[in-house]
Parts: sequence; C-alpha cells; structure tokens
Amino acid sequence: MGGIPHDHYEPKSNFEKGMAARLPVIGLLYDTIMIPTPKNLNWMWIWGIVLTFTLALQIITGVVLVMHYVPHVDMAFASVEHIMRDVNGGHMIRYLHMNGASLFFVAVYAHMFRGLYYGSYKAPREVTWIIGMLIYLLMMGTAFMGYVLPWGQMSFHGTAVITGLFGAIPFVGEALQTWLLGAGAVGQPALNRFFSLHYLLPFVIAGLVIVHIWAFHTTGNNNPTGVEVRRGSKEEAARDTLPFWPYFVIKDLYAMAIVLVVFFAIVGFMPNYLGHPDNYIEANALVTPSHIVPEWYFLPFYAILRAFTADVWIVMFASWITGGIIDAKFFGVLAMFGAIAVMAVAPWLDTSSVRSGRYRPMFKWWFWILVADFIFLMWLGAMPAEEPYASLSLLASAYWFGYFLVILPLLGVIEKPTTPPSTIEDDFNAHYGKSEGSDASGAATPAE
Amino acid sequence: MSQVDDHAQDHDGDRRDFLYYATASAGAVGVGAAVWPLINQMNPSADVLALASIRVDVSGISAGTQITVLWQGKPVFIRRRTPEDVEAARSVEISDLQDPIARNENIDGEVDATDENRALDEGGEWLVQMGVCTHLGCVPLGDAGDFGGWFCPCHGSHYDTSGRIRRGPAPQNLAIPPASFVDDATIQLG
Repeated sequence: MGGIPHDHYEPKSNFEKGMAARLPVIGLLYDTIMIPTPKNLNWMWIWGIVLTFTLALQIITGVVLVMHYVPHVDMAFASVEHIMRDVNGGHMIRYLHMNGASLFFVAVYAHMFRGLYYGSYKAPREVTWIIGMLIYLLMMGTAFMGYVLPWGQMSFHGTAVITGLFGAIPFVGEALQTWLLGAGAVGQPALNRFFSLHYLLPFVIAGLVIVHIWAFHTTGNNNPTGVEVRRGSKEEAARDTLPFWPYFVIKDLYAMAIVLVVFFAIVGFMPNYLGHPDNYIEANALVTPSHIVPEWYFLPFYAILRAFTADVWIVMFASWITGGIIDAKFFGVLAMFGAIAVMAVAPWLDTSSVRSGRYRPMFKWWFWILVADFIFLMWLGAMPAEEPYASLSLLASAYWFGYFLVILPLLGVIEKPTTPPSTIEDDFNAHYGKSEGSDASGAATPAE
Repeated sequence: MSQVDDHAQDHDGDRRDFLYYATASAGAVGVGAAVWPLINQMNPSADVLALASIRVDVSGISAGTQITVLWQGKPVFIRRRTPEDVEAARSVEISDLQDPIARNENIDGEVDATDENRALDEGGEWLVQMGVCTHLGCVPLGDAGDFGGWFCPCHGSHYDTSGRIRRGPAPQNLAIPPASFVDDATIQLG
C-alpha cells in the first residue's frame, strides 16, 4: 500500500503464514490500521472517523427500519407512524436514522471545509478529493430519496420540485423526469423505486469510502502544515509520523464521544428540531405546503438554484446567446450543480504553490468569507422567495463562484505566502516543545 | 508452443482483427440488449399510461371560487371567474407577458396568450388549467399573488387571473389540459 516507508506485517505463527500465502487479509488490515500518520494532525482531522461511524449507523438503523416500513402510497405514512408508536424502540431507531442524516452532513461539511483550508485537495490528493465529491453527491441523492419515504407533505412536494429540476433540461427534460418518476406525476412508482435506491446507494457509498481511504493511504494524509512526510528512510518518516493505531484511534474515539454526546442530546430531547412539521401531514397532491423548504443541508444549494431568476442580466445573456435554450429555470439548475462542480475542480483552479492555508495570509480571509457565505446561503435558502432575500442570494451565489473561479486562480499569482516549516517534526516541536521528552516518545513509539 | 509464437508474429491479422471486432460488437449489442429493459422498466407502466378522462360536476361552483381535482395524478384548477377577473385578464397587453404563448392543448399551434385563447368558454367565465407551477411543479395557491390570480409558494411565481406567468422564475403560463363542456354542469378532462 502506502508510499510512506514503515514496518510491514510479518506473519509469525504457522496459521498466519498459511493465511498470508493464501489470502493476505491480515497483512492488509495490519498495514491499513498501522498507517504512518502525520503526528501534527489537529482536531479537524476527526471528521473522517465520524463519517465512517455515521455511515455504519445509517446502514444499521436503516436495515432495521426496513423490517417495518411499507413502500406503498397508502401505507408508507401509516407504517412510519407504526414504527414511531408500536414497534419496540421504533421511535428511537427512526429518530437516530433521521438525525443521523444531519450528523452525516455536519461532519461532511466540516470535512470538506477542512480540506479546502489546508489544501488537502491539491496534488497529489486530487483523486481522493474527486472520490470524496462523488461520495458527497451520492449522499445527497440518498438523503433526498430517504426523505421521500415517510410520504409526508414535504416528502411529496419536495420530490415534485427536485425531479422538476431534471424536467428543466432542454429537449430531453420532460422524458427524463417521466422516466425518473415512472409516471407523469409523483406517485407509487416514484416511492417504490426511491425506496429501492435508498437501500442500494449507501452500499455504493461504503465501497467508495474504501477507495477514498485507499487513495489517501497511498499519498499519505495531508496535515495542518501541508508539508509532506519525509520518505527518505523509515527512521526519517518515523520522526514525522505516529502509527494510526493506537494514537489516532484513541484521539478519534475521544472526539467521537463528544460528538455523540451532542448527537444523542438532539436525538433524545429535540429529535424534530431539524425537521419540518409539514412532514407529519400525509402527502396530499392537491395542496402544496405554504412554505416549501428542503432539509437544512441542501439549503445553500437551494438558495443558489433560486437566485438566478429571469431578470438577472447573466440569465438574460445566457438565454439570448443560446436562443432561449437556457432559460431561467435551466440556468438555476446549472448554477446549482455548477456550485458543486467548481468545488470538485478546485485542485486545478488553485494555483498556489503552498498547500496549507495556514501560510497564506490573503487566502485565509477569502476562505473565511467563503465559510460565512456558505452559512449565509443556508439561511437565505430557508427564507421565502421574495426581496431582499432574492438579491442577497444572488450576491452570495456570486461569491461562491467567484471564490473558486476567480479568487483561487488569482491568489496563487498575487499572494506572497509565508514560509511553511521545513518538516512536520519542526512544526510539532514548535507547538509541543522541542525537548528530549518529545524525542523519546516520538522515537519509542513507531519502533514497537 | 511454436503455434503460439506464430500467432504473436502474425502481422497481417485481418482474420484475427475481424474476430476481435466481431466479438466486441456482439458484446456491445448483448450488453445494450440486457441494459435497455433495465432502463425501460422505469418508464411509466401500462396502467399508469392508460389515459383516463374524467368528468367533473361543476354545478356547485359559484363565481369567484375554484375547485381542484386530481386528473392523471396531477391537480387541475377549475375556476369560475367573476367579470372583474375576466376584465383584468383581458385588459393586459400581450407585450407585457413573460410568456406570450397560450399553452392551450385545445388549440392547435402556438397562439397568443390572450385570455380568449385560454378561457374554456367565449365569455371567459370558466378557466381550466393544470395546478402545476411550470417552474418546478409545486401547486400554486389560488386568490394570491400580486396579479390577483395564483401564487406559487415554492419559489415565488406570480400568475394573473388568466393563469399567465407575470413575475418570478416560472418560464411558462400554467398549461391548459384538454377540456370541454359535456353539458351545462359537467366538464370533461382528457
């Protein structure tokens, strides 16, 4: 596996030797869990474990919920209420699954912005980043389809809106939308297939997570300095790193414990805080809820979708230049997917030679404005479609695109970065005191 | 062994190339033939497609009110308009409209979005249209919006008393389904 030199697994007993010759799975697990990890990782490097845990939580609670759920338009809503009222512990399992989706997105956004700040997306970790973006897209698809299953008012009309996005594609849109829904409108065919795919996609995500881990185990973790682990020799690498087990496992478990305290407080005491009361009204095709909003984790992109109305000059220009093929509706859809696409191509838009934002004095400001912009868009997405929110959404959307398409490429040229430490060891010693004690612990551990 | 070497050095591989291409083509056709039913099964099934037409009793609708009925899984607004509604709709210039096309399935071709081209009857008392916002498919609310017609709460599209888009992100006027009077008190949809 890894490119960082370290001690590999040596089979000792006869059984281990036999296994290694037939199926080297113990060695694979050993090398994965003992991966040399930069010893200066900070608390923003815990989210990967939180995400892995959450994926497992969602799959386990989901499999259990399916034992009681009925994917039929006449029974879906009632079967969810049956889970909530009658199934032993059903309310807890459902609330875990429901809020688990929110935990998933909290963690993934923290994980993504971590990557954006410390330049984790930059060479040679572009593949890790791209796979991460694919996982993110699948997560959004899975979360959306899961939200349809309780067959409440928001489920139903949210589905109409989101599948309507595909209907906005010129020429093939209507046929595509009909194909997705299996009918001209949201109904039984849509519910049934979303159920099927909601069950399938988490396993696809699990597969991609393995590829994601494989990719960054090959390149090695990034770290807050953005300086690569020295690879000249095993001893050199060992001065920059500690094995994942036990050091980072224990650290991650501590972080997990804190995250879970907050998570269980929400699940236990305010499980519906992040949801919408409208979804406890059974789906009714004749009435749209007066204020339709997606779940909080879609709001920033929903705000971008709504921002581009027909009276915006860039929309008018796009419409004029394409002879009306790109109208306001399709433009909004393009903008929404484009907002994710520009993030995906960040590795090629960022021209700076310095990886970590810690050593980029101008970048820092633009980055924190981007974070604020994301939160602002999230708030705007929840507001009704009227002024001043429409204009503000346009402004905030413009910054989102401006950051990736203009600021990132330009900063690499005009910014004068400060000098990063030459090694991770130097950075570590600067933070934790360069003493014999740290040398001793650093030298003693990896050799074991 | 020598035969294998012969094959490796066989540069004039017309026959072998042909076999490769034939195998690849057969494979592609086979995969396509296997995949197409798996894609096509997601298209509307026969029972969904069975084009239902329904008859709606409209005798109970008084002027200035509307009913919403479900037709082919989608809501349809049947509105009995007041003379003021009709007056408001007919006083609008075509040039003021965001979408100048009538979107009426009962009329062949693309005609102007005058109220006359959208109302069910000559006098304009009855307006029958899909209750599906042309933006992203929400159900607009009646008696709402800045133009006294419909307002879509999802993304703020305003429709006038003729169901024409006047402001907001929706690209088209509300669609008018095939509809006709069967007798004085009954409208047939489809």
